[in-house]
Amino acid sequence: MKKLKASLLLSCVAVTLLLSGCGDSNKRMEIQGAGATFPYPVYSKMFSEYHKATDIKVNYQAIGSGGGIRQLKNMTVDFGASDAFMNDKALDSVDREILHVPICLGAVALSYNVPGVNNLKLNADVLSDIFLGNISKWNDPKIKALNSGVSLPDIRIVSVHRSEGSGTTFIFTDYLSKVSKTWLNKVGRGKAVNWPDGLGGKGNAGVAGIIKQSPGAIGYIGHIYAIQNKMSLVSLQNKAGNYVSPSIAAVSEAANTTIPADTRASITDSSAAYGYPISGFTWILVYKDQDFKGRSIEQAKATKALITWMITDGQSYVKPMHYAPLTESVAQKAHTILESMNYSGQPI
Amino acid sequence: MNDYKSIALAESRAYVFKIILRLSGYLAIAILCGVFITLASKAALSLQETGLSFFYTSTWDPVRDSFGAFPFFIGTMVTSVLALTISLPFSFALAIFLGEYLKQGRLSNIVSTTLDLLAGIPSVIYGFWGLFVLVPLIRDFQNMLGIVPHGVGIFSSSIVLALMIVPYSASISREVIALVPQDLKEAAQSLGATQFEVVTRVILPYAKSGIFAGILMSFGRAISETMAVTMLIGNANKIPTSLFSPANTLASVLANEFAEASEALYLSSLISLALMLFFITAIFSFVGRWIIRRWMVNG
Repeated sequence: MKKLKASLLLSCVAVTLLLSGCGDSNKRMEIQGAGATFPYPVYSKMFSEYHKATDIKVNYQAIGSGGGIRQLKNMTVDFGASDAFMNDKALDSVDREILHVPICLGAVALSYNVPGVNNLKLNADVLSDIFLGNISKWNDPKIKALNSGVSLPDIRIVSVHRSEGSGTTFIFTDYLSKVSKTWLNKVGRGKAVNWPDGLGGKGNAGVAGIIKQSPGAIGYIGHIYAIQNKMSLVSLQNKAGNYVSPSIAAVSEAANTTIPADTRASITDSSAAYGYPISGFTWILVYKDQDFKGRSIEQAKATKALITWMITDGQSYVKPMHYAPLTESVAQKAHTILESMNYSGQPI
Repeated sequence: MNDYKSIALAESRAYVFKIILRLSGYLAIAILCGVFITLASKAALSLQETGLSFFYTSTWDPVRDSFGAFPFFIGTMVTSVLALTISLPFSFALAIFLGEYLKQGRLSNIVSTTLDLLAGIPSVIYGFWGLFVLVPLIRDFQNMLGIVPHGVGIFSSSIVLALMIVPYSASISREVIALVPQDLKEAAQSLGATQFEVVTRVILPYAKSGIFAGILMSFGRAISETMAVTMLIGNANKIPTSLFSPANTLASVLANEFAEASEALYLSSLISLALMLFFITAIFSFVGRWIIRRWMVNG
């Protein structure tokens, strides 16, 4: 009992401290954000550089896109971050208008473990058949036809996916839904879907772990993670018919298509000639009207300044972290979106 | 005058102490009720939309807003029961050994401390150990049997779960066995009973309610274990068809999908899973208490 009381007391103290901590942070200039884990490495680099340059601290909690959107809805953060854009239905469920500001682009790589094979080519049909469970052996004629001269072993294919809801899964299933009618009707796109086949690993690390350990495995992982772990990657045939491996250039190239003014667009299965077909934007989400929950206009200005910095000077930190920077035309659109931010109608 | 004061002071102290004790007792009840009310109110939407079919259908499809929890219920029960079955002989043997055969001495201390340490290892470490040591072994075994060598699945997670719960049931059972009155044991010995007979005829019947309580606690832990299971079970949202199938449990689905769920019905369905988990643990705890009371030996 004593222990229980002590721990209760401790937690009371902790909560009080936390609450008072929040009170303080409103006086000093601090910006709160929450959301996607996929761009977290580049965001944390950007925010630490921004702190050095401006002395403004940004607290970013990488709790997942869904959590970021929830916190933005509850108005407990200045900005949210997501790898999947909010669809019209989701936007309608919020009373206030939410803006999507693209920050950078990332790719989803396909990694495999097939003994004796270190150069594997796949196309959209075969890839969707593998994840649907329709192709079950590596020496299937359909795979052989794409890889002449490669000796494919007679072992079972184990497809590996993310077990937890994830923006990476959204980009991957969005691609499969575009290229395969069967996939669209049977599974569809989402951050978590009803997988017809295969194993689930937790996080990029979990998926990579299963792939490395199981001969015959193939799975999708974030491009950065695949590079850092030197995993063998599939070259995938894009819409134009070229086989493309994931790279910063191929991802930027994929964004060279028509993007709507609000930038809520998926660029998977891009028609760009040398674009990598499984790429996507990652966005920062903010309220258009920044006057909410008693925020000061200074806080609103600081939020806008931070995001503006992220799409201008901040872009120099994107490439070294293996993400692709915004193309000029998309950056232009992002600026226009940022300019529409206001404080009860007053421009900021 | 002074005496009166000090008596009054002592009394008021005792009174305040009693109040604090009572309040902390009520607080426990309030927290439990609070958790239940929160879960129930947030799960209401899903139970309204999906109805009872939530509990017996087996498709979990967040894209089409179709939610059935049956595979997770099966996954939870199968892994926990299997883990308990694997752990029982070991925890039983350990408890009898430490409680009766090796009550004192340095070796006894070492073994007990080791058990306590095992109970304190974070589950993510068990998970990693399972993933990097156990899973490759199981994969080889599956290759030998000629079945699909997934490695991860129900069998792997049950073995790791069993390892995780042995320290719990063993240390509780040990305490209970050590509490069996010395005169009972001596009486049996004076009648010519061997040590084995003392264990089976005197100690176990006397201590069975306590031992059962220990088993029950460890079962509760197996049901709600999240991290290690998530890493090892293969996370396939299907009803398992064999001992080696990948599957999923209530706790691991929650851990996997909660962070990214933003749609109202999806979120509410996940909370319904939490509510199920809440009820399952509650039911086992009530049944357990009932059995413990029936078996209690009034010494």
